[in-house]
Amino acid sequence: MPETTSFLHHLAFGIYPYIAVLVMVLGSILRYDRDQYSWKANSSQLLRSKGMRLGSNLFHIGIILLFFTHLVGLLMPESVYHLFMTTEAKQMMAMIGGGILGGICFIGLTILIVRRMTDKRIRATSKTSDLLLLWMLYIQLILGLISIYYSAQHLDGSSMVALGNWAQHIVTFRSGAADFIVHEPWVFKAHLLLGLTIFLVFPFTRLVHMLSVPVKYIFRRGYQIVRKRDRGY
Amino acid sequence: MSHFLDKLTFFTRKRPEVFSDGHGITTQEDRGWERAYRGRWAHDKVVRSTHGVNCTGSCSWKIYVKGGLVTWETQQTDYPRTRPDLPNHEPRGCARGASYSWYLYSSARVKYPMIRSRLLKLWRAAKETDNDPVIAWGKIVEDQEKARSYKQIRGLGGMVRASWDEVNEIVAAANIYTAKTYGPDRVIGFSPIPAMSMVSYAAGSRYLSLIGGTCMSFYDWYCDLPPASPQVWGEQTDVPESADWYNSSYIMAWGSNVPQTRTPDAHFFTEVRYKGTKTVAVTPDYSEVAKLSDIWLNPRQGTDAAMAMAMGHVILSEYHVNAQSEYFDDYTRLYSDMPFLVQIDSQDGVYVAGRTLRASDFEDNLGQENNPEWKSAVIDANTNEVVIPNGTIGSRWGEDGNWNLESKDLQNDHEIWPQKSLVKNHDEVLSVGFPYFGNQENDQPIFKATDHDSVLFHNIPVRKIKTRDGDKYVATVFDLMIANYGVDNGLGGDNTAKSYDDDKPYTPAWQEKITGVPREKVIKVAREFAENADKTRGRSMIIIGAAMNHWYHMDMNYRGVINMLVMCGCIGKSGGGWAHYVGQEKLRPQTGWAPLAFALDWHRPPRHMNSTSFFYNHSNQWRYEKLGVDEILSPLADKKKWEDYSLIDCNVRSERMGWLPSAPQLEENPLEITKKAKAAGKPTAEYIAGRLKDGSLKMSCEDPDNPKNFPRNMFIWRSNILGSSGKGHEYMLKHLLGTQNGVMSEDIGQLGMQKPSEVVWHDTAPEGKLDLVVTLDFRMSTTCLYSDIVLPSATWYEKNDLNTSDMHPFIHPLSRAVDPAWESRSDWDIYKGLAEKFSELCPGHLGEETDVVALPILHDTPAELGQGLDVKEWNKGEIDPIPGKTMPAYIDVVRNYPDTYKKFTALGPLMTKIGNGGKGIAWNTEPEYKFLGELNRVVLDEGVSKGMPCIETDIDATEVILSLAPETNGEVAVKAWGALEKITGRKHKHLALPKADEKIRFRDVQAQPRKIISSPTWSGLEDEHVSYNAGYTNVHELIPWRTLTGRQQFYQDHSWMRDFGEGFCVYKPPINTKTTKPVETLKDNGNPQIALNWITPHQKWGIHSTYSENLLMQTLSRGGPIVWLSEVDAQKIGVEDNDWIELYNVNGAIACRAVVSQRVNEGMCMMYHAQEKIINTPGAETTGKRGGIHNSVTRAVVKPTHMIGGYAQLSYGFNYYGTVGSNRDEFVICRKMDKVDWMDEPADGVSGNLDHEELV
Repeated sequence: MPETTSFLHHLAFGIYPYIAVLVMVLGSILRYDRDQYSWKANSSQLLRSKGMRLGSNLFHIGIILLFFTHLVGLLMPESVYHLFMTTEAKQMMAMIGGGILGGICFIGLTILIVRRMTDKRIRATSKTSDLLLLWMLYIQLILGLISIYYSAQHLDGSSMVALGNWAQHIVTFRSGAADFIVHEPWVFKAHLLLGLTIFLVFPFTRLVHMLSVPVKYIFRRGYQIVRKRDRGY
Repeated sequence: MSHFLDKLTFFTRKRPEVFSDGHGITTQEDRGWERAYRGRWAHDKVVRSTHGVNCTGSCSWKIYVKGGLVTWETQQTDYPRTRPDLPNHEPRGCARGASYSWYLYSSARVKYPMIRSRLLKLWRAAKETDNDPVIAWGKIVEDQEKARSYKQIRGLGGMVRASWDEVNEIVAAANIYTAKTYGPDRVIGFSPIPAMSMVSYAAGSRYLSLIGGTCMSFYDWYCDLPPASPQVWGEQTDVPESADWYNSSYIMAWGSNVPQTRTPDAHFFTEVRYKGTKTVAVTPDYSEVAKLSDIWLNPRQGTDAAMAMAMGHVILSEYHVNAQSEYFDDYTRLYSDMPFLVQIDSQDGVYVAGRTLRASDFEDNLGQENNPEWKSAVIDANTNEVVIPNGTIGSRWGEDGNWNLESKDLQNDHEIWPQKSLVKNHDEVLSVGFPYFGNQENDQPIFKATDHDSVLFHNIPVRKIKTRDGDKYVATVFDLMIANYGVDNGLGGDNTAKSYDDDKPYTPAWQEKITGVPREKVIKVAREFAENADKTRGRSMIIIGAAMNHWYHMDMNYRGVINMLVMCGCIGKSGGGWAHYVGQEKLRPQTGWAPLAFALDWHRPPRHMNSTSFFYNHSNQWRYEKLGVDEILSPLADKKKWEDYSLIDCNVRSERMGWLPSAPQLEENPLEITKKAKAAGKPTAEYIAGRLKDGSLKMSCEDPDNPKNFPRNMFIWRSNILGSSGKGHEYMLKHLLGTQNGVMSEDIGQLGMQKPSEVVWHDTAPEGKLDLVVTLDFRMSTTCLYSDIVLPSATWYEKNDLNTSDMHPFIHPLSRAVDPAWESRSDWDIYKGLAEKFSELCPGHLGEETDVVALPILHDTPAELGQGLDVKEWNKGEIDPIPGKTMPAYIDVVRNYPDTYKKFTALGPLMTKIGNGGKGIAWNTEPEYKFLGELNRVVLDEGVSKGMPCIETDIDATEVILSLAPETNGEVAVKAWGALEKITGRKHKHLALPKADEKIRFRDVQAQPRKIISSPTWSGLEDEHVSYNAGYTNVHELIPWRTLTGRQQFYQDHSWMRDFGEGFCVYKPPINTKTTKPVETLKDNGNPQIALNWITPHQKWGIHSTYSENLLMQTLSRGGPIVWLSEVDAQKIGVEDNDWIELYNVNGAIACRAVVSQRVNEGMCMMYHAQEKIINTPGAETTGKRGGIHNSVTRAVVKPTHMIGGYAQLSYGFNYYGTVGSNRDEFVICRKMDKVDWMDEPADGVSGNLDHEELV
């Protein structure tokens, strides 16, 4: 590999991940502290509920499951999953499961994009970041779906293992992470790069709402909630 | 410290405490977010202000301010106390006022000066070729193509921002160009109801008056002026404050929906019921007040006069004729014209009531040298002689000390006792004819006619009197009146009723067919009303709203009611009287305000115009007139006298005789006429009279469609004339503005009807007469959308001003709680800025000029003694043209135009040279002038205003008003009462002496609303013992009413009144407007349709048009225009609640939704007036244009009796007398809409007005 290409590759997959995550973490903390009123999902359902029931639900179901399967799939070391499945089986599961979830998410996101782009009220009240984010997610999703085709070229799961190694090296601060994926097809690299970029823009978009999902409501006891009188009030 | 760090509580977090068996938990989570909600209701300060919205509320509000922004408002509760046993005034206010702060920062707010983009392009191009703005303006408006290009898209969008400098330059240049080319009277301004923000009103009117522009009236145009009031009392309107309701023991709410439209006052109405007061509601629909009252009477809309006459019949029978109430008898002898003598004329063999007998009818003038023609006579029961009593209008002018209501013979000061009836003391009994109109059929079947004769003969006892012209028969007003009511005076006759069940005009049985109200109810209420008044000495009251006054024959409705009150001695009595609350007409410190408002401190007289005649004339509504004079003439009138005349002709005759004002005034520029007069070596008035007589000069009204006579520039401020009370809305759009409109009527030329004889007819009517329309507003109203320039004005929380009401006796501030937002400015600052630019641009165009102002014969001036005995017209050669007597006065006014700004900002020298006054009383103002110099400081700059008191700011202006007015300056009040003492010869000063040292300043009223001081320019008192009640000083201080006889007038003896059959009150059915037939089959959409009477009451969810687009009020209402239909009518045309319907007639069309309700009667539909077309208004199917406002289906129809002038109380006064814009006789066709077209794409050919990118 020529030196410049090698440097860019290293920058993109060895250094950029840290930058993206750092921006996401610091950015989110700062926004949470300084600008609480902007910390919201900014739903446009009040303006028009048409298309929301189907689009929003399909999209959210798809994307949440995709997120967690990616998380597990990428970060679980080979030695662990080999206890109960082979690499080939995992590969097959990722392709089928990812394909189904990707399909669900794709339908939902398509509905949402059509709605946002064509509904005049929604369009008029959209911020640039809303449009940008939606298209980024859409492209990312399509890249992910295309990658199934490439994975199907070699069902041994080598690409999957390489990507897993890359991710595990990155999160454990080991050097040489980028080297694992030097020869992977363009679609994986593009998918990774765009994924990292979504991390990067995270604090500047409505994505922050996922940090405040009131999951605890599900586990909280009681239905009458009383808050203690605080100092100063 | 940090929201994020505060969340990290893993180690300190305790398990939540559990209670209620685990159903509840107490957590310790951070509550910092609650601060946002607490902060929402925190504020830095509270400022007192109110809403200048013509609701008559003048309620005190706390305005909360936080960080320089208004956050919300709540009701103030610190009014000065009342008396023991009288509830306090507060809390005042309503849901509408409570939503006002929404406007300040809403999308409806006008934030920057805006201008029509096409006009701005033309202006910038013109300025490029010629740098003189005045010449540049001329090049635009004199080029037909250019002018049309921006006029025809008025109301169709295309406004862009501009700078204050640029718009001021355009407006000033337009004014200068117009004054120089056509005359300053072609610059007109419309602003209503000064009482709601008097300094803001004065700002514009002061500017206009300084440059010679015309200030337009409003009270008459809105049809809130009841002409019956000046006819009966010589007073515009004077009414009790709402607290006086609490002193009443029988209240009728007649066409006044008290809880809905008098919301802040309604508490007195309910409180007094706890004392046992009975309340009666008279409304055709089941209104809110109907629910609140003990009895509900529902006469068919527009027939109130019939019911009032029947009640009068009962009262006269039971308390004046068959039995007598001593109280009523004394009262009517002393305070009404009942005892006055009326000549009985023989006319084609029929005896009819003529004019009143005057001193001048006698050889010796009954000893009167001063104004014998204006002194009406009575018979003294003590001596059986004809005498002239004190207090007639003739004694008001030219002699001192006799104008009072003491029962004395003017000649020798002997006590007299006026004879009311001649039944027992007559020479002969004559059969006298009275006109009857109740048999006139209406085109619309809901109005029923009876089959009585057109002339009803009654036996009248008369005396034969020797006069200058031989023997004459005379009868008393009382005898004629009871005959007119159909009451038997003991002399019998075919047309008098034997019982209430007789179907003879004006019995309770007779009215049943017309009103639909059972006779028993009418008799019961009339009896109770009178019995209560008799026992309590006048504590029966009638509260009236706009409803009855909006009919063409409103005078009859009103006089019917007023007659009941006067015959029961209720006027001028605490807890009694006529409570007409329509329009916030009570400008309490009026005499202090007038000099500021009309620049009387610099030039006199100002130019005033009655708007109804103006708009009837200049928006060409007369070209569509279908009501012939013959349709409304009395059956007893000489038809030949009137056959050539149409309604517009009557108005022209009136203007020519100096009865009504004119604007524009003459066909030539008044600045040029004075030069010509000078060249001819004649005084201007004489020169004009000569040229008018020889026909070389015309009055503008004679040829309104000639471009020389167009009004050219129009200012509109504090008003939404095109979205609210502009009668004949579509005609105004067509002819005044020259833009898209929904007129579907052909004019009388196309219809081949009789053309006017006094007005030049042009086959094509002009469109787009106005060159420039400038509107000042804080919200983008309908009027703003139709204007060329919109100036952003400060809201009611952003300026300093004063506000008063007739509903309470306090003077109230508007306060600048926050600075005007965005680029808005107070009205005062806007006009000051205009005056400055105007002065700057004058050199080279206008210097020191002599203007000549045409002044009509004014009420409350000696000129009101015009033609006393007969009407003679100079242009027919019947009499000489004498300016100020038989024609308008023509008065030179010298204006040095470049001084306009200096004059605007200083109190001028005429205040010390001539003094101040009002309503016929004058006093010296030197001490106040000197005081204002100390208070406001004096002008130090060189020039015409050096050394004079400053009026720089809006607060300076309020201090001018407060210092000069007797109502707010005790010293002036004492002076004013003193001045009246000279005229009446009685002692009055005691009414103000206890308050002589009281002086109310602007900061005082900001601290707390202050009660005004009693003043002779009003007829009520404000003191510790009585609530304000109209006519109180007339009755208790014996100050005459300002009428012909000095008493309350049952009889109107002017020859025009008699010709139209209104000498006495009669019932007249609604007129035929003929507006539905021609369009009945137009553009049939397949749905069934129905013709319904068009009723437009005041709103529930807005005050006129204000608040109608306010989001908060929209959530309370249905949000957008609605019309109420009865269930029966809705079923007939297949309409269900909330369906889209169209209502139309030849005048235009409305598209809105239907409210189907049991509240409404069959045959009528109700549209709350002034629902603008800026919210939820789709296209109308018939016109193909956007649906209009409630006035899109109306057209003003003027009434000749309102044009009378130069005759005591029937003389012109600004907003006091004149034509009024009635609109309830109208019918519309109603049907369900087929398709709702929102028209939200640009229409073909006009999208060009939106291509203004290059200007931005």
